[in-house]
Amino acid sequence: MKNAHLKVLEDEAIYIMREVAAQFERPALLFSGGKDSIVMVHLALKAFYPAKIPFPLLHVDTGHNFPETIEFRDNLVKRLGVELIVGSVQESIEKGRVKEETGPDASRNALQTVTLLDTLKEHQIDAALGGGRRDEEKARAKERFFSHRDVFGQWDPKNQRPELWDLYNGRKNMGESFRVFPISNWTEMDIWQYIAQEKIEIPEIYFSHERRVFNRRGVWLADTEFVNRLPEEEIVTKVVRFRTIGDATCTGAVLSSASNMDEIIQEVAAARQTERGNRHDDKRSETAMEDRKRQGYF
Amino acid sequence: MILTPEPDTHYLNMDLLRFTTAGSVDDGKSTLIGRLLYDSKSIFEDQMEAIEKTSRSSGEEEVNLALLTDGLKAEREQKITIDVAYRYFATPKRKFIIADTPGHIQYTRNMVTGASTAKLAIVLIDASKGVLTQSRRHAFISSLLQIPHLVVAVNKMDLVDYDETVFNRIVADFREFARKLDIQDITYIPISALKGDNVVSKRRTDKNGEEKDFMPWYNGSTLLHHLETVRVDASDNAVDFRFPVQYVIRPNQNFRGFAGRIASGRVSVGDEITVLPSRTTSKIKEIVTYDGNVEQAFPGDSVTLTIQDEVDISRGDMIVRRNNVPEVTSQFEAYLCWMNEEAMQTGRQYLLMHSTKTTLVYIDEVIYRMNVDTLERETSDELLLNEIGRVRLTTAQKVFIDAYRSNQKTGSFIIIDPASNVTVGAGMIRSKTTGKVSDTNNDTNAITEDNRKISPNVVWEPWNIDREEREKRNGHKAMVLWFTGISGSGKSTIAKALERKLWELGKHTILLDGDQVRHGLNGDLGFSKQDRSENIRRVGEVARLFFEHGNIVICTFVSPYAEDRAKVKLLFPEGRFHEILVTCKPETAQQRDPKGLYDKAKKGEIKGLTGYDEQHEMSNEHTIVIDTDKTTVDESLLTILDKINSED
Repeated sequence: MKNAHLKVLEDEAIYIMREVAAQFERPALLFSGGKDSIVMVHLALKAFYPAKIPFPLLHVDTGHNFPETIEFRDNLVKRLGVELIVGSVQESIEKGRVKEETGPDASRNALQTVTLLDTLKEHQIDAALGGGRRDEEKARAKERFFSHRDVFGQWDPKNQRPELWDLYNGRKNMGESFRVFPISNWTEMDIWQYIAQEKIEIPEIYFSHERRVFNRRGVWLADTEFVNRLPEEEIVTKVVRFRTIGDATCTGAVLSSASNMDEIIQEVAAARQTERGNRHDDKRSETAMEDRKRQGYF
Repeated sequence: MILTPEPDTHYLNMDLLRFTTAGSVDDGKSTLIGRLLYDSKSIFEDQMEAIEKTSRSSGEEEVNLALLTDGLKAEREQKITIDVAYRYFATPKRKFIIADTPGHIQYTRNMVTGASTAKLAIVLIDASKGVLTQSRRHAFISSLLQIPHLVVAVNKMDLVDYDETVFNRIVADFREFARKLDIQDITYIPISALKGDNVVSKRRTDKNGEEKDFMPWYNGSTLLHHLETVRVDASDNAVDFRFPVQYVIRPNQNFRGFAGRIASGRVSVGDEITVLPSRTTSKIKEIVTYDGNVEQAFPGDSVTLTIQDEVDISRGDMIVRRNNVPEVTSQFEAYLCWMNEEAMQTGRQYLLMHSTKTTLVYIDEVIYRMNVDTLERETSDELLLNEIGRVRLTTAQKVFIDAYRSNQKTGSFIIIDPASNVTVGAGMIRSKTTGKVSDTNNDTNAITEDNRKISPNVVWEPWNIDREEREKRNGHKAMVLWFTGISGSGKSTIAKALERKLWELGKHTILLDGDQVRHGLNGDLGFSKQDRSENIRRVGEVARLFFEHGNIVICTFVSPYAEDRAKVKLLFPEGRFHEILVTCKPETAQQRDPKGLYDKAKKGEIKGLTGYDEQHEMSNEHTIVIDTDKTTVDESLLTILDKINSED
């Protein structure tokens, strides 16, 4: 017996994915290696079974990934037999499209936007399926399932189309595109419950493990070659896990001993912090997320 | 890694309720949602910190819970909500999705958007202000969008000292208004979102730190308890199988599957099906899902169907059961909400998106515009932003429609402007066009015209020969002449004479008489108010059948209740139903006493005789009034015939 509310969310997400496949010429699924995009791939498998997923996965590689993420991605692509497009932030820097940030908080997170837009344009992607959820951040609460982007790939909150019933209007002019969010209505808890129910494989770093970390303004960051550590920031070894997986420079770990799905679900249920609470990028200003979205962020 | 442990059963079997909240800036809607999230522990520490910071920086004393929901920068600066925002919270019983919509008039489109996916609506009323225009507008939109459950949350009870009489007065006012609407279930709850009373729990801590119930006179559920327990699945149409084909899955030569989501009804392997528009027939071979094939699938399921014969099926087609087919038509009528700054124009080409089909469409005519505040019908050639009207449409390709009332998925559509590609309108299908119905009177019962009893398993059979065709051959219009008045007023005498006269003029007539129907058709009914209403309702439906067959239907019924007669009137196009009040002094009627009823009433043998110990309700609907104390039968006939002819 399946969980009733997850069934509704799954049916809805599959419906959206099929609408995308039907309404657009060249869609792609944005794949970060994080749990949300892994769930998205699982839903896409279901939506088009017994056929293969009819669109490529697109990964924007900041070059600052956890190695587990890349390994997981490559295995998944091989297993499913789908096309993988990689947009490289490193290349964007080398081509002079973006300038690397400096200083201790330097992150390639913001630079990703340019690489993403360039890659979408290069491959003429007219609909990018993303794993964004409305519960993540308040700027996302008003996001549509079918989110219209102008020719610059930008999001204008005032110019979004009303969405009624389950009628999704994907019509657009030349050069315009859409971001589509099939799991808009899911919460973090739904994602974890679904991963457990469907027995979906996820990268090891979501489960507790020992890691060398240091504390910056209350966030535990992993000690990696990509982060400019300040002299007073001391490295310690802690039992941690990640609630989200993004760029290693700005994704914080949580102190946790949750080593299996059951324990993770218990932990999420008891959590008093949102998952993005550990995201340094959102803490830059009160409207950080909204500002980035306008520019074409995921 | 492979995950073996089963999930914690505590979270299993939660279902999902989508609800919408509407209220104006001052009704405390955002505060209410903030309260629901906060008290159900769905707010995280970092979110709380963020709003505490913002509250402080804008100089507010208390933490402003409304900040939790007012998302975008511009909105927070103006302290209003300008778009539909979706919020999520869960209790161990249910997961909730809130479509939070602003309440101001210029945001009607947002309310409609939020309502389109909701199974329940919360209308907020400020206890210190009472039922305002906008409360009525919210209720009207909920009714138009057919939301099955409405909660009237009377907020700010703390401002009126938790006074029961204030609450009762608001409930009475709202009830009076709601009689005109088509909402099955309305629940009234007195709350204070600011303080927390009756939101999550009845009791809260007062300023002395003691647990207290501030409204002991209220015995109903708290708002959250109601949200957790209200039935959510009852409104799904489980009967009429409709499967709009979304996408064709064809991995190889041997597999051809039709992917889609079941809009309504259910389907089983082996079912005999018809494919629209080709009307090809076949049988369901398999119901395919990634998790294995299934024998049966239900409303809302995303599945892939294969069929036994090789049939050419593509996106936009619809698979239905062979003996239960929707209307296949290119002309229909609908309520349309306009959502764009650029006004709707008749005769302009738009695109219509209905289920998985998109086709060109013309909006031929605005039959009337609905004033969403007064519910009056107004004449108009166009619809402006946020206006709602009844329109007639013609599509380039045929669409497969059901009335929105019986099927939301196949009864709804959006209008797209092909120049900008923007969604500009949202429509709810009323019916296939059946002749021109032009009515622009100020009839406040606008919505109840759809409020007819429909047996759940019955599909409307279109008329074999249209009324228009019949009228053409008969050489006269069909109409209903409804005689109302107390026993002995002279209804039957005039009606019989009138029928004879019409008969002689070669008209097709039917006479329905109160006593006759009570001998057979309505033999199971007594004379309680309820039975009398049911008597009139049935007669109205019978009259409609004869009317649609081209007849002049003459009905003679005491029909004492104005509301019952008004409901019957709504079954007919404007100008085709004439209510004729036949009246006389009570003494005259008692003296005539053709059936000896007054005599029996005087002896106490019967009770509730209209005209004796029961009132006959007058109304403004009477087209003709005949006072038989002053008029002869022949004079009456002339008056009636004049009136009929002047309408022609």
